[in-house]
Amino acid sequence: MTAEAAEEIAAQDFASIVESHRPQIFRFLLASLRDVDLAETLTQECFLKAHRNWNRFRGDSSAMTWLMRIAINLQKDHWRNRRLQFWRHTQANAIGVDEASEWLPNGERSAEQQILAREQVAQVWKAVEGLSARQRTVFLLRYVEDRELSEIAKATGLSEGTVKAHLSRALARVRAELRGTR
Amino acid sequence: MSWRDKLAGEIDDPKVAGALENFKASVDAWSEAAYSRPRTVVKAARHNWRFIATWALGCVLTAGSLAGGLYERHQRQELTRMTAMKAAEEKSVLERKAAEQPVAATIVTKRQPTAVKSAANENEDLLATVDSDVSRQVPAAMEPLAQMMVDNGTN
Repeated sequence: MTAEAAEEIAAQDFASIVESHRPQIFRFLLASLRDVDLAETLTQECFLKAHRNWNRFRGDSSAMTWLMRIAINLQKDHWRNRRLQFWRHTQANAIGVDEASEWLPNGERSAEQQILAREQVAQVWKAVEGLSARQRTVFLLRYVEDRELSEIAKATGLSEGTVKAHLSRALARVRAELRGTR
Repeated sequence: MSWRDKLAGEIDDPKVAGALENFKASVDAWSEAAYSRPRTVVKAARHNWRFIATWALGCVLTAGSLAGGLYERHQRQELTRMTAMKAAEEKSVLERKAAEQPVAATIVTKRQPTAVKSAANENEDLLATVDSDVSRQVPAAMEPLAQMMVDNGTN
């Protein structure tokens, strides 16, 4: 196989990865930031970075885990930069908990069920808002992105034990919020 | 296997499991809607406004610092000029004083012959007065003798 052919295959591989994983990366960033514009920007940056480093991807973990790791790092960088650039009010673009909980799938639900579901979603959002950045990331990867503990550990660079501990604390917070004890 | 079944071992409370399921469904719905939304240019307009505001602030700061610098420079120049003027004034006063001293000396030296002359005249006048006084004080008894001296031309 020539070098050109290998490059073409790599490019096709990357294109298919973008197509299949882009919505998931966007969803994770959207849930983390609650800002559509920022989530789009960071998703773009994530794939740009992945494209630049695609030849360095050895396949030790799945492409999705690798991409998640890039997205998590970008998010960290963003918060770090935001702390320095205090005049940028990026938080102003993020929508509130109540607005975020307005979104529900158009299922066959009664009006009462819809209201109940909306209330529950708002309570979970409130609990998520009170979590630390690391707990929030672990929680969202587990209960929104449906990732396995081992994958979360690889994506976040934490041990599985630490991931379990973060999840346990996050769940305790959600439970407390749902019981109304917070 | 449903999502709730998958989490059965992890979450024992059905209320929490239901809430998490609704939460996931809500995020999915929001994400899908946001992902396929039409793109607008609102953000660009806001960026333009910010860009202009940043530039205006930058210009004001630059102008301010330039004006401050110029004012400072002007003040320094003014101070230097005042100091130079004062020094020049002092120098000219000193020079004037230095120039006046030789003139006075020459005036004194120029005036000297006149003073000597007048002093000599005064002496002669004094001597003449003394002579006349002395001549007047010759006693009457000596008058014939004095007459003889005049006649002999020995005066």
